[in-house]
Amino acid sequence: MSRRVTLNLGFQGNLKPVTVVIPDGEPTPWQFGERFETVGRPTPRIDGALKVAGAARYTYDISMPGMLYGAILRSPMPHARVKRVDLSRARRLSAVRAAIRMDDTVVRFAGQEVAAVAAVDYETALDALGLIEVEYEPLPFVADLDSAMRPDAPPVFEGGSNVQRPTVNGHGDVKRGFAEASAVHEAVYLTPVQTHVSLEVHGSVAHWDGDELTVWSSTQGIFTVRDDLAVYFNLPRNKVRVICEYLGGGFGSKFGAKPETVIAARLAREANAPVKVMCTREGEHLATGNRPDAIQKVRLGARHDGKLTAIELVQHGGGGISGGSGSAGPFLSLYHSPNLRTEESNVFTNTGPCSPMRAPGWPQGCFALELAMDELARKLSIDRLEFRRLNNSNPVRALEFDIGAKLFGWKEKSAAPKSPGPLKRGIGVASAAWHALGASGPQARVIAHRDGRVEVLMGTQDIGTGTRTVLAMVAAEELGVELSRIDCRIGDTRYPFSVPSGGSMTTPSTTPAVRQAAAHLKEKLLRLAAPVLGAEPSDLEARAGVIRVRFDPSRSMPFADLCRRIPGDSLSAEGERVPNYEGYRNDQAGCQFVEVEVDTELGIVRVLRVVAVHDAGQIIDPLTARSQVNGGVLMGVGYALFEARRMDPRLGVMVNPTMDDYKLVGPLDVPEIEVRFVEVANGFNNTGVMGFGEAAHVATAAAIGCAVYDAIGVPVRSLPITPDRVLAAMEAGA
Amino acid sequence: MKNDKHGPPDSRAISRRSFIKGAGAIAAATGLIRTPPASADATALAQEGIVERIGPGAQEIELKINGEVKRITVEPRVTLLRALRDHLNLTGTKLVCDRGACGACTVHLDGKPVTSCMILALDARGHEITTIEGLLTPDRMSPLGAAFVEHDAAQCGFCTPGMVMSMAAALASNPKAQLEDVKRAVAGNICRCGTYPHVFAAALSVVRGGNRGES
Repeated sequence: MSRRVTLNLGFQGNLKPVTVVIPDGEPTPWQFGERFETVGRPTPRIDGALKVAGAARYTYDISMPGMLYGAILRSPMPHARVKRVDLSRARRLSAVRAAIRMDDTVVRFAGQEVAAVAAVDYETALDALGLIEVEYEPLPFVADLDSAMRPDAPPVFEGGSNVQRPTVNGHGDVKRGFAEASAVHEAVYLTPVQTHVSLEVHGSVAHWDGDELTVWSSTQGIFTVRDDLAVYFNLPRNKVRVICEYLGGGFGSKFGAKPETVIAARLAREANAPVKVMCTREGEHLATGNRPDAIQKVRLGARHDGKLTAIELVQHGGGGISGGSGSAGPFLSLYHSPNLRTEESNVFTNTGPCSPMRAPGWPQGCFALELAMDELARKLSIDRLEFRRLNNSNPVRALEFDIGAKLFGWKEKSAAPKSPGPLKRGIGVASAAWHALGASGPQARVIAHRDGRVEVLMGTQDIGTGTRTVLAMVAAEELGVELSRIDCRIGDTRYPFSVPSGGSMTTPSTTPAVRQAAAHLKEKLLRLAAPVLGAEPSDLEARAGVIRVRFDPSRSMPFADLCRRIPGDSLSAEGERVPNYEGYRNDQAGCQFVEVEVDTELGIVRVLRVVAVHDAGQIIDPLTARSQVNGGVLMGVGYALFEARRMDPRLGVMVNPTMDDYKLVGPLDVPEIEVRFVEVANGFNNTGVMGFGEAAHVATAAAIGCAVYDAIGVPVRSLPITPDRVLAAMEAGA
Repeated sequence: MKNDKHGPPDSRAISRRSFIKGAGAIAAATGLIRTPPASADATALAQEGIVERIGPGAQEIELKINGEVKRITVEPRVTLLRALRDHLNLTGTKLVCDRGACGACTVHLDGKPVTSCMILALDARGHEITTIEGLLTPDRMSPLGAAFVEHDAAQCGFCTPGMVMSMAAALASNPKAQLEDVKRAVAGNICRCGTYPHVFAAALSVVRGGNRGES
C-alpha cells in the first residue's frame, strides 16, 4: 500500500514539482517553507550539560564491582612468526585473574595484539605484560608503500603479491582526450597515513552473566559490535547486549568488534569477572585504523577554452594489512571530462590496517586532483575558479562557487599584488562532494507516559554530532510538544535497531524513523483526545504542547492533561526508516575557499581564513550543524599541515605514536571559519535531512594546498605541507 | 578492595620483585633512580638528603579533592589522573594522551591548571585539588559551563571538561580576556572534533557577561 505525494525538489531558486510514491504509514515529507516550532532553530544539545560537567558516562568511565583492568601485549616486530607465548609467569601474580594469547601464529605489523591480561588494577596488569615471554622468529617486512611495490619485496601475506589487482573506472578514451588537449599536466602527489586520534581510545568493558554477554563499547555501531561478538562467541544475537551511551570520537575507526573488544570479553569469561580493556594511546595509533597513504599519478588535459579533455589517475594506496585504500572518488565525480580513467591498487605493507576515516578516500583524492587542476590552470593562463566553473559537475556547486567567491572576495584577492616581504599570502578553492542519503532499516519507538513525559528509544549512538538532540527535536516537532518534554535514550542494543554512525548517514537514517514513530503516536493521542474535545481526530492539531480543534482553537487541552487520560501505563508507537523514495540528486556538492600566509624564510604555513559553502537538506539544529562543519575544516587543516604517521623503515615501527609527536590542530592554529549552507530539497526521506560530517572535510586540505601554491608560486605535492617541504619546493622551483 | 590487590604475602613479593627488577633495569639504563639503602632509618635517609621513603608497594595517602579529604591506597607510580579515575571514581577528568600533550586531564592544583597525568598522586598531597566535578555539576552550572552548552562548545565531549578547567583558570586570573587570551588559555587542550571556535565564543561571551545559558 502506498500513496502519491508531490514534492518540490531541487535547490533554492531551482525547485521543481516531482510526484513520488511513499509507503503507507509514512508521514508526508517535510518541505521547504514548512513552518516549524522546534526544527531548524539553533538548539543547545540536550546532553550538553552532562558533557561539560564530565558527568556523561563514556565506556572509559564505566566501573563495576569487582571489575578488572586489562592490558594488551603488542608485537614489537613488524613481521614475525610467533613461536611461543608463555603466560605462566604472568599468571603466577595473584592479582592477575586472566591471561590469554591471540590465535594468530604470525604477526604482520608492529602493534598487533599478541597476548593480554586482566588484573585487579591497571598497574599490575602492566607488570604482568612484562612477565609474558614471547619468542618471535623475525620475517622480512615492508613498512612503506615504495618498498612494498618493488617486484622483489617480501610479501606481507605469504605466497601473494603486495600490489593487489587494480580497480579501473571511467569512460571514453583518455588517449584520445590527451591528444585533443592544448595543455597537459602530469605529476605525482603524495599523501600520508593519517590516524584518527579519537580522544577516547578504542576499548570495551565486558561482563558475562551465565552465557549472556554485556559489553560497553566505545563504538560507532553498537549493533555491528553485537553481531561480531555473537559470531565470535557463537551466541544468539539476543544474548549479546552492547551499550554505548557516550562516545569520545570515532571518525570511521570504530565500526564492529575489534581485537580489544574481543579481548575484553575473552578475559572476562576466563576471569569470571567484568573486565575493562582500553587501548593505550600508542596502541590506538598502531592498531585501530588509519587513513591510508597514497601515491597518486595524475594526468589532466584541457583545451585552450578551459574544457577538460581527459582525466587520468593511477593510484597506489597503502592499506597496511587491510584493503580499501582507493582515492578515485573525486576524480570520478567533481568535474566533467569526456575521457576519464582511474586505476586504484591497494598495496599491503607490514603496518596497521587502514580503516574508513571521515570521507574515506576523498581528502587524498581531492588534494591530488585539485592541486593538479591549479597547475593546469596556470599552464592555460585561466583563473582557477573559472576553470572549475567550466568543468563543474553539479549545479548546486555552481551556486556555491558564486556564494563562496563573493563572501571570500575571490576576485579582489586574485587581483591583489603579492606582498614584497617574506610573508606571502595565497588563496585557493576546492570542490567537495559526498553521498549522504541515509539508509533504510532503522527503527524507533516513541512513548507518551501518563506523567506527560515523552521517551524516544533508538539503538543509535552519538558520535558527537548531537544525535540525542536532533532525534528529540524531530519527535517534539512531530508531536507538537516542547523539547523539554522529551527524554531521548540511545546507545543500547535493547532499543530498536539502527545503523552505524558513519558515512554522514546518522541523521538522514535515524530522524525519519523517529518522525514516523512520533506520527503514529500522535494518531493514537489524537484519537484519545477526540471524544474529550468533541471532534474527529482529523480535526485536531498539536502545537506547543496543546491539542486543539483546528477550526475552533478555544476547544483545546494541554498535552500533559491528555497524557493523564492514557489508559494503562503509556501509549507507544513504532516507526521505521523506509527505503529512499525518489529524490533530487544522489550526491551532494560543496566548496571551500582558503587564504593562507606562508613565511617564505621559515617555510611555516598559517591558514588565515576558510569559507565553507555546503549543501544542506533540512537542517534540524543549525548550531550543531555548524559544529560539524568547523570540525571537518579543522581536521582538514591538520591533514594539510601537520599530521603524518612516521615509520622507521629499518625497524618497521611507528616513531610518533603519541599526541606530542603526532601533531594535531590546536587552538592557536584555528583560522577564521565562515560557514554557509545552500538549502537543497533532496527528497528521499520524510525529514529531508542530508548528512554533512564528511562533505565538510573533503575539500579543506586540497584548498590549502592550492593556496600554498598560489602563495609561493611552486606546488608542494606532498602532504603534510611542512616547513621543510615548503623550503625545498621553493628552492627547487627557484 | 584495592589494599589487598596483591593477595597473599608470597605472591605480593613476586609482584614487588618483578617491579623492582624492571625498575632496576630502567635505572641501570638511565641512571636516574637512586635506590635508598634497604635498612636506612629516617636519620640516615635525611643525611642522604632523602626526606621520605615510599614504595614500591601501595600505601595510604590523603588527598584534598574538591574541598574533601580522601584517603586512598596507591602505589607511588600511580598518577593523580589514575587515582582520580580508578580509585575515586571521579571520571570527569579524562585520560587521553597520558603524557601531558592534550590537556584532557586538566585539574586545578591550588587554583592553577595542571595535567593530572603528569603528576604522581602522592605528589599531589598537601595541595588543594579541584576537578571538573568540584567546579560545576549538570544541575549547578557555572556561567562558563553554561556558555559552553549554549555555544555548542562540545561535540563528542571528551576534551570538554579539560577545556573548561583550563578556561576557568584563565578567566579567573584575567576576567577581561580577549580572543587571543582565550586561545592561549586552551593552547594545550586538543579537540579532535574541532570545537575550538565555539570554545572561544563561549569564553568571550562570559567575559562580555552576555551569557544567556544560566537562565
